[in-house]
Amino acid sequence: MKGKSLLLHAVLAVGALITLFPLYWMLSASLMPRGEASAIPPALVPSRLTLEHYRALFVRLDIGRNFLNSILIAGAVTAVSTFLNALAGWSFAKLRFRGRDRLFSWLLAAMVIPAQVAMLPLFLLLRTLGLVNSMAGVVIPAAASLFGIFLVRQYALSVPDELLDAARVDGAGELRIFWSIGLPLCRPALVTLALFTFIGTWSDFMWPLVVLSDERKYTLPVALAGLIGEHAPDVELMMAGAVVTVLPVLLLFLSLQRVYIAGITMGSVKE
Amino acid sequence: MRGDVRREAAAGWLFVAPALLVLLVFFFGPVVAGFLLGLTDVDLYALGGVGAWRIVGLRNYTRLADDPVFWKAIRNTFFFVFVGGPLTIAAALGAALLLNARLTRMRGLFRTIYFAPVVTTLVAVATVWRYLYHPRAGPLNLLLAAVGIGPIDWLGDPRWAMPALVLMAVWKNFGYGMVLFVAGLQAIPESIYEAARIDGAGHLTQLRRITLPLLRPTLLFVGVITTIGYFQLFAEPYVLTGGTGGPVNATLSVALLMYKRGFRFWDMGTGAAIAFVLFAVILVVSTVQLRLQREKA
Repeated sequence: MKGKSLLLHAVLAVGALITLFPLYWMLSASLMPRGEASAIPPALVPSRLTLEHYRALFVRLDIGRNFLNSILIAGAVTAVSTFLNALAGWSFAKLRFRGRDRLFSWLLAAMVIPAQVAMLPLFLLLRTLGLVNSMAGVVIPAAASLFGIFLVRQYALSVPDELLDAARVDGAGELRIFWSIGLPLCRPALVTLALFTFIGTWSDFMWPLVVLSDERKYTLPVALAGLIGEHAPDVELMMAGAVVTVLPVLLLFLSLQRVYIAGITMGSVKE
Repeated sequence: MRGDVRREAAAGWLFVAPALLVLLVFFFGPVVAGFLLGLTDVDLYALGGVGAWRIVGLRNYTRLADDPVFWKAIRNTFFFVFVGGPLTIAAALGAALLLNARLTRMRGLFRTIYFAPVVTTLVAVATVWRYLYHPRAGPLNLLLAAVGIGPIDWLGDPRWAMPALVLMAVWKNFGYGMVLFVAGLQAIPESIYEAARIDGAGHLTQLRRITLPLLRPTLLFVGVITTIGYFQLFAEPYVLTGGTGGPVNATLSVALLMYKRGFRFWDMGTGAAIAFVLFAVILVVSTVQLRLQREKA
């Protein structure tokens, strides 16, 4: 029993080291003096700690602007889409109207359509609307999502109808019921959805790459991918850029871990 | 009472309207338009004047069928899906079984560590892996040299470039399936295992006869999600190869090819056709997956 337990934990620990190594090296290299991370063989621990690469990123390369763009875009998408998805998801679960279930099953089936299929015409549409190379061009197409509607709907199904009927008898309108009963009762699903949306939008790459053309408007991932082109040999600088991009969402995840992990199983609940 | 029903129906439509409008204008509309676009030779330079582009029917598709670069992209993407997918799921299942073992302590800590790569930003960690893979200065070859392997030119050698992408993807994604498998494992009643042990079933028999069959719904879900996600491979080759899909197209994916043709060369008809091929492939493969699993069950 003892030996078995030891072996089990040894395997788990080796797995943990392998998983953590890329993240450790990213952080470690970002704090190394210039050239140390690309020496042959490369250093694994900084000989001394320096913040010069972070300073270069924020002062010389103005990455603070991209950071702000990412915060604003992810924040706006999260606020708007969580609200619109909540409204729609609640309606699909709790309000009876003709054609509701058929419409919902179509939306569900549409989840297999990859985003790339819409991208070229969407680009032409936004060009006509004058939204290319603007934050709105990233935010507006993401203002509602099939997955978000699905997640809220699945959760809202568990709200008992008696509660809503009682409120209706008392003369409450549907908007009022949604606002004071629906939203509070669906809170766990909404917090999860907001968290998924923020982290997902923050990390999104292909669409912002397509629609944003001005470096000053780039989100962090697009800016980082652009930096590699010019600063590829500058390993420590690139690693600092990776840390700046990853750290906010990693910290957000660590502080709301339970919500996030509960949400993954929530999203897989079957009909 | 009738007025109530009507009011509820009106509210129902009103509530779905904003989200539906966004999806119609910015997703479903463009999807339909994309199909039509794929039947034309629109390029961005011709957009100035109507009449500068033509309907060419299926020519974009027949040209793709004759284009070795397109087939290379298809092959690379299939490799990523059918080698990377199973490896990711196997790693996820292995990690879940270890985490769920009765003897395991500090479950929460291990789970957090294994899951962390899932929430990291792909472009950022791909940047990190680009340096990990460096043939001489990369820590990966340094570690491999310690056990007498290498040096491998991960991203420079066409034979190793796709495996390098797969390895990174397994690292990045196995935690997602792991969490779902742990939830699935915990739903299996302990009494079944006890009964099996009384009947003298060993670990391997229990795994084959109890755990895997009862995990089938989770396996199917993780399988389909992973497949759909992996078919859309884009940021990994973009970041690791500087947007080229090199060396010599060894990591060119279908989505990357669509991006290059559609948004770099502005050959939008061909780009739209490539996107639709990707859609069709995803549809067929995920339908087959669902059918196969249903038949087995």
